[in-house]
Amino acid sequence: MPIEVNGKTLETDEEGYLSNLNDWEPGVADVMSKEDDLELTEDHWEIINFLREYYEEYQIAPAVRVLTKAVGKKLGKEKGNSKYLYELYPYGPGKQACRYAGLPKPTGCV
Amino acid sequence: MAEDIKKLMYVNRRAPYGTIYAWESLEVVLIGAAFDQDVSLAFMDDGVYQLMKGQNTEAAGMKNFSPTYSALGDYEVTKIYVEKESLEERGLTLDDLQHLVWEDEDDDWAERDSIHLVSRAELADVMAEHDMMFNF
Repeated sequence: MPIEVNGKTLETDEEGYLSNLNDWEPGVADVMSKEDDLELTEDHWEIINFLREYYEEYQIAPAVRVLTKAVGKKLGKEKGNSKYLYELYPYGPGKQACRYAGLPKPTGCV
Repeated sequence: MAEDIKKLMYVNRRAPYGTIYAWESLEVVLIGAAFDQDVSLAFMDDGVYQLMKGQNTEAAGMKNFSPTYSALGDYEVTKIYVEKESLEERGLTLDDLQHLVWEDEDDDWAERDSIHLVSRAELADVMAEHDMMFNF
């Protein structure tokens, strides 16, 4: 189902992930989070930006276990744990945050 | 508990582009690793090209997925065997390949090499230690 972001219509797949990575802009995360009734804070954005950098470097969206470890290494132990990440992203930090970040569904998520 | 975990080996024998085998193999490996399987990889024949540094796929029109091999360490895939004879037959050395490492959590995140250069005979022994093999 396509989504409307700043007057543009962007294609998504059947699970709501952007079809084209290059369509992403911060407005995508705003629109998607509104649909989920989630208010994005700086902490949410930190993870979204982290995921975009991860994708840029490795060309994949990391599985949640890998994400958790990588966040811990880069942003500190107090953030690199499931409790912190699931509080930010209750639908699953891998799936939900990757979707907001415009990445494909994480490799290893079924 | 340990005996329930099967040792799986993924054998990569084809050049990275032109077919989808290399990328499919990598995806299956990452998915398996995310589910805590004991995974190791072997690269032989034209498969050794998959690990080469400085790949550029623009002309081929395929996604350059070679950066993804660097994520294997994050997925705790730490055993990557490269066959020595296959490299030599193609005029390559280890220096032509990406430097893949993993970080040892139990040793203050010390970096360790993931790639093990093995002879054809040694690789056969390593293969024999595995419960299952997947050929790509």
